[in-house]
Amino acid sequence: MTAVAVSPRVRALPLRCRNCGAETDAAPVAICAECLGPLEPRYDAARRLPTREEIASRGPSLWRYREWLPLEGDPPYSPDTGFTPLVEVPRLAPLLGVARVWVKNDAVSHPSLSFKDRVVAAAINAAAAFGLDTVGCASTGNLANAVAAQAARAGLPAWIFIPDNLEYGKVVGTSVYAPNLVRIRGTYDDVNRLCAQVADRFGWGIVNVNLRSYYGEGSKTFAFEIAEQLGWRFPTAVVAPMAGGSLVSKLGKGFREFLSAGLVEGELPRLYGAQASGCAPIVRLVERGDGQLIPEIPDTIARSIAIGSPADGAYAAESIRQSGGWAASVSDAELVRGILLLAETAGIFTETAGGVTLASALELARQGHFRPNDEVVLCITGNGLKTVEALSGSLGEAPVLAPRLRDVADLVARTSPSSR
Amino acid sequence: MSVTLSLPAVLTRLTDGARTIEASGATVGDVVSDVAGRFPQLGPRLRDEQGNPYSFVTFYLNDEDIRFTGGFATVVRDGDELIIVPAIAGG
Repeated sequence: MTAVAVSPRVRALPLRCRNCGAETDAAPVAICAECLGPLEPRYDAARRLPTREEIASRGPSLWRYREWLPLEGDPPYSPDTGFTPLVEVPRLAPLLGVARVWVKNDAVSHPSLSFKDRVVAAAINAAAAFGLDTVGCASTGNLANAVAAQAARAGLPAWIFIPDNLEYGKVVGTSVYAPNLVRIRGTYDDVNRLCAQVADRFGWGIVNVNLRSYYGEGSKTFAFEIAEQLGWRFPTAVVAPMAGGSLVSKLGKGFREFLSAGLVEGELPRLYGAQASGCAPIVRLVERGDGQLIPEIPDTIARSIAIGSPADGAYAAESIRQSGGWAASVSDAELVRGILLLAETAGIFTETAGGVTLASALELARQGHFRPNDEVVLCITGNGLKTVEALSGSLGEAPVLAPRLRDVADLVARTSPSSR
Repeated sequence: MSVTLSLPAVLTRLTDGARTIEASGATVGDVVSDVAGRFPQLGPRLRDEQGNPYSFVTFYLNDEDIRFTGGFATVVRDGDELIIVPAIAGG
């Protein structure tokens, strides 16, 4: 392992095992030495928490919630990530049979256009706290983009491992930042296993492996922002895509933390999870309700969420069921229609995972999971320009005309009145 | 059958610092039992009280996840490599 001087400006919090409760010092280790369970940061319960007004007076980034992030002091990297728009989409409400619908739009997240910017902002500052001079990840694409971009800005070398079949946009959106990018013949689950071995061997800060305890906490800011942007209240239901299963359980944790801090009152939202049918181990776990995740070999175009052996799958299913929510999966054809519907109703172009989220919300509505007075937030976690291949053959060809007004007039006359 | 077992670094304090262990048995479960017998503190980290694998610890035999090949009943051959990896996050 190569280590540089530990940043004097930032410290990482100590850790506690989620399974057995064993406590350890802060370290770039995500696994409990006692039981191999996942470690989570230990926050000082007596720490001073800010008021709504104090939070609102801070800058528009995820660091406005710094008391709930696993770092103390002054994180040196990625100061601008977070605080993406919460956009109301009135035209989706009747389609879901609910009162109101919003999109939490991380398709425009800074800097790499997915919600993975949030988790990397937390992890790369943990790397700084530990003096790690190299970062990396195993990724289905979005995390690769986020690590590469934020490492470039921080001036840190990065080693990034991805499956060899990712969309062109995801690969270019990583390699443009000049990391050490490695394509692995195999699925994401193969890449993930390899990276666990890489982290052990080289001692790098692999954000979703040995820095995972800190990384995951960044996801909570998605929930904090939803509550603040709704005017310090909760929606009644939230629909989120599921890959490794971390986001949905961290959403629940984030909402609970704001409730217990007294920042928001009322009922916690029901959590709903969305997956593609070609890789839906968490949906099937929710449906079975037995607690034993059965891994799958992914077969879907929703590559960003194609994780057949999701590490947090059991926690995600538990969070969903405890919240009173449910989960649904949709076919590749349905997810493409979801992408198009979101674009046409919200003016937001999302990637395949976002298509899964909206299409699954429609499926949940069809199954009767929503109520007429529900206020629903859809978590849109990535940008459609990264996965344009998914729309191949789904969009009509634009007409090509000569530069003559008469030709345009003919075309307008042929176009149906509702489209004009 | 003789198999090489590779452990995550976090467990090596239970094996006197050894990252790899030579072990024997006809199945993955037998191999784990062999190792558990020789390193009593390591055993409970690899399997539960009923002798089943934990959901958050994954075994790979020659890079194949054993959950797809029969779990602890998966047959091993001489020279196989068994890798133990704690569950890790998505991406």
